Amino acid sequence: MNTVADAAAQALSLVAAADPKLVDIVLLSLRVSLLAVVFGSIIGLPLGAALAVNDFRGKRGVIVILNALLGLPSVVVGLVVYLLLSRAGPLGSWGILFTPAAMVIAQTILITPTLAALSRQVVADGWGEYREQLRSLGETRWGAATTLLWDLKFSLVTIVLAGFGRAASEVGAVMIVGGNIDGVTRVMTTTIALETSKGDLPLALALGIILLSIVLAVNAGAYVVKETAQHRYG
Amino acid sequence: MTIEADMRAPLSLLPLRLDGVVFEAGGHRIIDGISMTIARGPRTVVLGPNGAGKSVLLRLCHGLLAPTAGTVRWFTPEVPGGPRRQAMVFQRPMMLRRTALGNVTYALRLAGIDRRTREARAMEALAKVGLDKQANRAARVMSGGEQQRLALARVWALSPEILFLDEPTASLDPGATHEIESIILALHQAGTKIVMVTHNLGQAHRVADEILFLHQGRLVERAPAGQFLKRPASPEAARFLEGELPW
Repeated sequence: MNTVADAAAQALSLVAAADPKLVDIVLLSLRVSLLAVVFGSIIGLPLGAALAVNDFRGKRGVIVILNALLGLPSVVVGLVVYLLLSRAGPLGSWGILFTPAAMVIAQTILITPTLAALSRQVVADGWGEYREQLRSLGETRWGAATTLLWDLKFSLVTIVLAGFGRAASEVGAVMIVGGNIDGVTRVMTTTIALETSKGDLPLALALGIILLSIVLAVNAGAYVVKETAQHRYG
Repeated sequence: MTIEADMRAPLSLLPLRLDGVVFEAGGHRIIDGISMTIARGPRTVVLGPNGAGKSVLLRLCHGLLAPTAGTVRWFTPEVPGGPRRQAMVFQRPMMLRRTALGNVTYALRLAGIDRRTREARAMEALAKVGLDKQANRAARVMSGGEQQRLALARVWALSPEILFLDEPTASLDPGATHEIESIILALHQAGTKIVMVTHNLGQAHRVADEILFLHQGRLVERAPAGQFLKRPASPEAARFLEGELPW
């Protein structure tokens, strides 16, 4: 018990002192996961909206596959991206394996299905409500998808932040394609895994506290945004 | 030039002709061979008991549903993908999460109206329904009556040739109902053909010039409102007016 208590105390002092090593790791984590969320949103949200408002053969199959990808294991994504980016792989010439760019690619692939599947559900509900009115006004399907994305933006914020949560907390993909290189590709989750295995609990615990705080703050922010918007815009 | 005049398309949509229109869903025949013509002019009210197919008939006319058999033909059809020259107001108004003004300008954008004139036209329409002072309020937090007036302002800004209304006052109190009816009459005065579904006989009396009476998916009777409400020709209509058929 004492070990845990000591580690917690040291962790808090590291956080309080804004230890430079700790700050670098946190900033890299945020940079990688935020970029992955931006790219994932640019691809996933329109994809989800388009799927919601368009009818085509095989749509149910696509939805089932997309929903199944919600449970996509991060190590599998890491492995696939590793194979693509490794020297012998089709994208080996890019030379970005074991760089933050590779980590952004892996996390984008990991969370895009999440963003697409969840936004499809939200937009499909909105489409059910607005469909007749929008068609009556002469809106096209693509126009309706854009209108709904804009109209439901406050609900979509929650989805985007869920995507950020998944990206920031995954360890498998970034470990494989980043290589956990000190000062280059070491992020919060990979450091926690490494330091725990080495027995250096204070740094691991300090990062755990920060990771939890970020996730908590992000979710609280999403809740406040959604509540305020709902109150103001109905 | 008024907004009614400059929105008018060169060739009329009307008359609308339905020929042997059938609509089936889930093995159930909801509209059973309706043939009729709807021409410019009188305010047409579609009456009938619950389940008669009134709302479905309106959606078939407006193009939201495709008939299982038969044809729905406009004199000059709209250009696919082009701005619409007909409009519909639903029982429950559907407003986007933006201001009252934003909801009207959105419809004007879809109608291909130039960005620079949209706001002025929208404000003009909002003033006509008495909502100009509330232009910057969020539409979805307005009362039911205000939202329905806003729906009518959205339509008025577009100056459609024909307006379909599906029980627009079904969930409103008498005061709001009166306001909506006044706006409908004013829209008609401004040159828009009115086709409204109701099961409220008082409303039919106040709004209708002619009545289409539907029963079990068939057009049973069509007559001038005064004549229909006093002396219906069909036994089904007589039973409906006596309150024997459920509203």
